[in-house]
Amino acid sequence: MDFINAIVLLLNYIFVPALSYGSQLALGAIFVSLIYGILRFAYFTAGDLMSFGTMFTILFTWYFQSLGISLGIFPTALIAIPFGIVVTIFYVLIKDKLVFSYYRFKKSPPVMLAMVSIGTMFVTQAIVRIIIGPFDRRFFDGEKFILKANEFKEMTGLNEGLTIKSTQVITLFVTIVVVSILFWFLNKTKTGKSMRAYSDNEDLALLSGIDPKKVVMITWIIAAILATIGGTLYGLDKSFKPFTYFNNMLPIFAAAIVGGIGNPFGAFLGGYVIAFSEILVTYAYRKFFIYLLPESIEPDSLLQLLSTDYKFAVSFSILVVVLLFRPSGIFKGKVL
Amino acid sequence: MRKNLDVISAYAIMFGLIIVVGFLQSWSIALSILCFCLISAVMTMGANIQWGYAGLINFGIMGYTALGGLAAVLVSVPPVKEAWQVGGFNMILCALLIALMVFSVRFIIKKYNKSKKRNYGIALVIIMGLILLRLISGPAIESIEAVNPATTGFLGGMGFPILFSWIVGAFFAGALAYVIGKIALGLRADYLAIATLLISEIVIAVVKHEDWLSRGVKNVIGLKRPVPYEIDLQTKEWFINLVAKFNQGTLNLITDALAKEQMLKQLVIEGSTVFVKLCFVGLFSIVVIILLIITQKALYSPWGRMMRAIRDNEEAANAMGKNVVKQHLLIFVLGSAIVGIAGAMMVTYDGLFTPGSYRPMRYTFLIWVMVIVGGSGNNFGAVLGGFAVWFLWIEAAPIALFLINFFTSGLAETNALKVHLIESIPYFRYLMMGIGLLLIMRYRPKGILPEKIKHV
Repeated sequence: MDFINAIVLLLNYIFVPALSYGSQLALGAIFVSLIYGILRFAYFTAGDLMSFGTMFTILFTWYFQSLGISLGIFPTALIAIPFGIVVTIFYVLIKDKLVFSYYRFKKSPPVMLAMVSIGTMFVTQAIVRIIIGPFDRRFFDGEKFILKANEFKEMTGLNEGLTIKSTQVITLFVTIVVVSILFWFLNKTKTGKSMRAYSDNEDLALLSGIDPKKVVMITWIIAAILATIGGTLYGLDKSFKPFTYFNNMLPIFAAAIVGGIGNPFGAFLGGYVIAFSEILVTYAYRKFFIYLLPESIEPDSLLQLLSTDYKFAVSFSILVVVLLFRPSGIFKGKVL
Repeated sequence: MRKNLDVISAYAIMFGLIIVVGFLQSWSIALSILCFCLISAVMTMGANIQWGYAGLINFGIMGYTALGGLAAVLVSVPPVKEAWQVGGFNMILCALLIALMVFSVRFIIKKYNKSKKRNYGIALVIIMGLILLRLISGPAIESIEAVNPATTGFLGGMGFPILFSWIVGAFFAGALAYVIGKIALGLRADYLAIATLLISEIVIAVVKHEDWLSRGVKNVIGLKRPVPYEIDLQTKEWFINLVAKFNQGTLNLITDALAKEQMLKQLVIEGSTVFVKLCFVGLFSIVVIILLIITQKALYSPWGRMMRAIRDNEEAANAMGKNVVKQHLLIFVLGSAIVGIAGAMMVTYDGLFTPGSYRPMRYTFLIWVMVIVGGSGNNFGAVLGGFAVWFLWIEAAPIALFLINFFTSGLAETNALKVHLIESIPYFRYLMMGIGLLLIMRYRPKGILPEKIKHV
């Protein structure tokens, strides 16, 4: 019994939260990785693009709520996502036309493009803050829990409860669907294959008649879709605050690099690596060992490897270690 | 004279703008803008050395700034004797342990060839060391933080004058840069950018949460100033006389003796803040001028030419027998040390150290905007960038207010759009920075004052 209690404890405090946080990071990391592979620069606007998409999703959610439309037990934001995506796609395409295409045409070094993306980061941040303000916003409605701790305890008769929020299930489900469609697209369709070819060897791809404009456009569209979905899921699960989204850029980059930047599948796994390590290292294992060990050698300290204050620092340290020993990432970058 | 016309005119416009602020708003505001302009200029010079001279991207500026600030605390705060008594010995032991770890890892790396076994050995040393550190430091940290937590709760500093911290800050930042450089300098440009950005976040996390060292988010306030305090000045005979002398014209107009005294009192209070800020401006200007002279000399020395050669063609420079790795590390350390000075200067000016306020937007990306806008590779350009961007950053709000009022002048005061726009004025500065950066990068990619290379 104690053993099952210990397992449930870990599931409740580590596995479930890390899985949903990891999915949200993974969606971000995939598009950062795609942009790095195809457009060949580090896209510093990543976090703010997510907040841009989320902002429009929230605005549409409010609009639908005012009309009285809702999805019952599901959050209204789910119907608003497609509208948010459309606006975000327009935004990235306009941005590409006005800003990035010039440098691509001039074949500027990647560093230059990264700097330009810092410029667009400032602008995006300003737009988001001017439209919706810098404050914390919750836009979740519908049924909050799928499984409550008390219900679980009654059901199983265990001491430990297991809570599953509906947002966590939605996150996981949406992530699986989106990522499978994306990998099917990249691996099976002609456009997807041309994108991979372009990322692999630009000159060769041009020689074989691949239209670079189309490849670039599709990359931006995928980026906008993933950013809006990932951002909205994060916002549903926690809350929407532009500053937090900007900060999320850092673990997203860490995930993309750990997974091997330029490699979307690696980035996808990298998201989970970062999320799990953040939570595993900062969790206090005291209760876990109390269940497992006999009473005589029960621990009295918290058994926490690092305090939760160092959550971000953990993922960045992993990144440093990866950069030191495997600069191309755990899953070998630049293969797409 | 002729060939420096652009530099002179750009600086004239900049100082003109600051003087305009002095007349329109107040001299106190103008001088505090000038102080922060000077601090920003030091930071941009540090970043410019790395980016302009050597082409290294360092997005870790925030981390070095915070370390400089930490240096100001550790140098100027008097030591907390009680805390040293309860935990000092253990903390010194920890420092020795860290040194021992570093040396044993170095020893293993030197002694054994690259192999899996060696990596495991290093990992073992580090893990054992960390466990020992936790065991030794844990109780010590607890007892240190328990010492009078409302005011101290940390080890304190050395109790030296705060001006020393400007040098110590440089050493702190330089040491950190040495470690980071050893780890990350081999990376490609954009990887280096991301790695340094993330490492600077780690530094901030440490400064924020190691309360025994820096009081963390509880902040350290009331750091000693290198210049006189306003309150002391207001009672000093010579200062009151000085103010009276300066304002003779206005004072003579008032005939009533009581009103005259009141007026003088008011003027003394205003004058004291201006005087304090002027002192700071003087101190900061000395730093900026010294650094400008050194960096200019370095830029046109054989070493500077070598750095440019490495930047423009690494392989060729390597083939000519220049040690590219070593030079990169050197310039990385130098640039970061300069940023560390700026960090210490800023804490000196504020008189307080607030680890919670270090954010990448303000301390990393804004500094980069300054470097790019000013002109990378040109020290005068970098300084000008620091001035111009900081000025815009502060004055963005009044400018935005004016523009919003101008464009919405047809709307009623209570119009929802107008009210919303006026509420979000603080965020227009981001918009201005972003658009400014994009425009400069597009139409003047080398900055306002581009790099000029003298050919003999």
